[in-house]
Amino acid sequence: MRYLPLTDADRQDMLSVIGAASIDDLFVDVPAEARLPGKIGGLPDHASELAVERHMAALARKNLSAGEAPFFLGAGAYRHHVPASVDHLIQRGEFLTAYTPYQPEIAQGTLQVLFEFQTQVARLLGCDVANASMYDGSTACWEAIGMARRITKRGKAILSSGLHPHYVSVANTMAKFTGDTLVHEAPTLDAATDIDALIAGIDKDTSCVVVQYPDILGRIADLTPLAEAAHAAGALLVAVVTEPVALGACRAPGHMGADIVVGEGQSIGVGLQFGGPYLGLFACKQKYVRQMPGRLCGETVDAAGKRGFVLTLSTREQHIRREKATSNICTNSGLCALAFSIHMTLLGEKGLRELAALNHALACQAAERLAQVPGVTLLNDSFFNEFTLILSKDAREIVRNLADRGVLGGVSLGRLFPDAPQIGNGLVVAVTETVTPEDIETLAKALEEELA
Amino acid sequence: MTMLKEGRPTAPQAITQADAPPATVTGNRALMLEEALIFEIGSTDTTGVDFAEAPKVTSRLGNLARTDGIGLPGLSEQETVRHYTRLSRQNYAIDLGLFPLGSCTMKHNPRLNEKVARMPGFADLHPLAPQSTVQGALAVIHELAEWLIKLTGMHSVAMSPKAGAHGELCGLLAIRAALEARGDARSVILVPESAHGTNPATAAFCGYKVEDIPATLDGRVDLEALKGRLGPDVAAVMITNPNTCGLFERDMKTISDAVHAAGAFVYCDGANFNAIVGRVRPGDLGVDAMHINLHKTFSTPHGGGGPGSGPVVLSQALAPFAPLPFVERQGDQFALIEEETAQGHHGQTFGRMVAFHGQMGMFTRALTYILSHGADGLRQVASDAVLNANYILRSLDDVLDAPFGQSGPCMHEALFSDKGLAEGFTTLDIAKGLIDEGFHPMTMYFPLVVHGAMLIEPTETESKAALDQFIMALRSLAQRAKAGDEALKGAPHFAPRRRLDETLAARKPILAWTDPALAQAAE
Repeated sequence: MRYLPLTDADRQDMLSVIGAASIDDLFVDVPAEARLPGKIGGLPDHASELAVERHMAALARKNLSAGEAPFFLGAGAYRHHVPASVDHLIQRGEFLTAYTPYQPEIAQGTLQVLFEFQTQVARLLGCDVANASMYDGSTACWEAIGMARRITKRGKAILSSGLHPHYVSVANTMAKFTGDTLVHEAPTLDAATDIDALIAGIDKDTSCVVVQYPDILGRIADLTPLAEAAHAAGALLVAVVTEPVALGACRAPGHMGADIVVGEGQSIGVGLQFGGPYLGLFACKQKYVRQMPGRLCGETVDAAGKRGFVLTLSTREQHIRREKATSNICTNSGLCALAFSIHMTLLGEKGLRELAALNHALACQAAERLAQVPGVTLLNDSFFNEFTLILSKDAREIVRNLADRGVLGGVSLGRLFPDAPQIGNGLVVAVTETVTPEDIETLAKALEEELA
Repeated sequence: MTMLKEGRPTAPQAITQADAPPATVTGNRALMLEEALIFEIGSTDTTGVDFAEAPKVTSRLGNLARTDGIGLPGLSEQETVRHYTRLSRQNYAIDLGLFPLGSCTMKHNPRLNEKVARMPGFADLHPLAPQSTVQGALAVIHELAEWLIKLTGMHSVAMSPKAGAHGELCGLLAIRAALEARGDARSVILVPESAHGTNPATAAFCGYKVEDIPATLDGRVDLEALKGRLGPDVAAVMITNPNTCGLFERDMKTISDAVHAAGAFVYCDGANFNAIVGRVRPGDLGVDAMHINLHKTFSTPHGGGGPGSGPVVLSQALAPFAPLPFVERQGDQFALIEEETAQGHHGQTFGRMVAFHGQMGMFTRALTYILSHGADGLRQVASDAVLNANYILRSLDDVLDAPFGQSGPCMHEALFSDKGLAEGFTTLDIAKGLIDEGFHPMTMYFPLVVHGAMLIEPTETESKAALDQFIMALRSLAQRAKAGDEALKGAPHFAPRRRLDETLAARKPILAWTDPALAQAAE
């Protein structure tokens, strides 16, 4: 109980100030039948730091971490090298153990970071404004659909077949309760994206079209015609970016007419972490800012005229107008936003472009090599650092077999789309700067043996 | 009781500005350094990283290669380290001192938790990695889930919600799914005045009509008003217990029984679970769903505003509706169930709330903290949290108005009001005065049931010496505000910034940096 500083003598002194005989007396308001007389049974007592560390390390050793194997998984979470100074800086106690900056005079560090983060994200995504982050990409995507409903007063969202299926699931869950209609089909193993089909589906009830860029199969397409068609029908274009490093090489969705651009920021600074915490990115055109969910940091001045930063436009938030809020979100991913912002500052535009170019070049090399394996066809005409292979066998089983060989070879479409067996032979392969030529060769050889 | 109040300052201590220091040309003051924005000091040609040269390939980007400038400034590695280190020093944090935010539980963040969360076996795992390669991670989720179920006396737990408010959403979605499964369309959620602000927002977000239930004069749910409103249209009651006045809802069991008799469910906001952990199980009080803010009760750092984590414990009635995915023990292996299955007790899941499976980084930290404390330590956590809060309450109730000071012991937080301050002095002045005294202010103006509320939560990890220093500072501030000490209205005097103009920020929002030259050219 090393974290509890009171001594028994302190406790006695304090009880005498309070005028209570014992700590039990402080729990008199709890109904007697609900008061536990002693420790909850069946649970261990406190343990030393060494014992706890040993227990947790033993559990950690039961996992095959990405760094220990040739690693090619993506599909919404990407492994990039994070410079050592990022993790060092976010562990400074003044960042790590600070609260939401509700007292701006003593939270300028966090607030300035959020202002810089908002600017970085807006520029990266090609939008006017960004918020100070959300839980993750999938919840940000849902919030964008809700925001489009508020703006257009329409309730039908058309989701691209290339949208991450888990993002679709999240939106479906929420739509069941808010009454939105969502239109979506699973993708086909086709090199072309569904832009034309999406355009054909837009009608006067459409609130928004949601399209992922690059999409779940790694394909990329010009979003400009889709934005024009959506706008002509009074609908919005929502673009989803799950791999923001792509925007170091590819045109930004905001510059192709997207009204709201959301994304998963995990790629930059955050790390894989078995799915969380991640970092939701949310940006939009200036005219929609008051409909934006989440937290915003703004510039102002203090009583002495010095520049400073505060959380602002909080009437959109839940603690002022309660049930009239734009969203129930009360927290953000502050520390993850800090990690993103530091990593982005270390990269700068020059570094980001180099990183993106390296990712793309290695992915091109890998795609070429893997397509030579008998029983493998490359689906994509175009891609950034992730592409889809069509295998001659069910990819779900192949992935499991590769894992038994110590190769983390990709994400099967069967796992992502369990209800669409017709695409079960698809394998989504991601290649980042952490992949070596030897890793590519190991995967190619292993695939060759599995498909033989 | 009054004895130990002696010896603490009783007279206002005026602070004068007579010794105001001279200005410096840099704007710096010794170790307190002004820091420009990265957009003002970085350049798009500077980088702090080195990469291997990209192999020459034919581009597969189609016609989508980015040709425009992005406008992202870079800094060298040392400049980056300096920029963020300097900024960090303009933040108050729990590592610097007592952080008495009511309802927010700012406690010590042990560094073992950080070390464990960064073990590559946890931090460097992909969420879609083959299950045979992540058995240890699934075991962590399962082990933590078991602790949460036992500590709350509930039937099962949904681990995926990303934060407390996300957990509220999860609980209400489970309730709505359960009602729909029995063909019972209900449209109203009752929310007592003393509940957290996110509760009504969540209920509205799920398509419910929200109705307030008043509080009694002693700061608790008005039982008769609640009973009177129950009916066939009420889906659930969202109750915060201990509530936001820092009080235990004495009638909780009676409330639950009445709600269940009316065919509705009880949602409990579990943000304040650290006040009762190991001493009271919400399951024994009739709760159907409750989120647990892992960052509050089980000490994962706040990080300047997140990430949080909000697992939701569920009663047997709601368990079948829990969200996907979830971890299931199958013999000596663990399985991650990602698809809807007819088998097992999750057959009627309401779906998926989030792309992957929750906040693994928070799970490892929380489990580490729980194992460090154990069953005996966690019971002591609640004891010390409540002891510390009552010590604050009784050490200040002669200088600050404690509206519910006579309605029994408080739980983990003490509530005061601005009643009795001199004309023109507000809670804000006391809060900003605390900044000058080296403390983070308490929660201001919440809960809404009390005028000029000051909600103070010391938490269990504060020592008596730290509490005494805080009490001394607050006593002095209370007396200055009662005596009308004008210097207090200018506080903070010693922070990196004086009072910031929040109205200006909202009226003319500047939410991103613009190059002043470009901004001027545009005008």
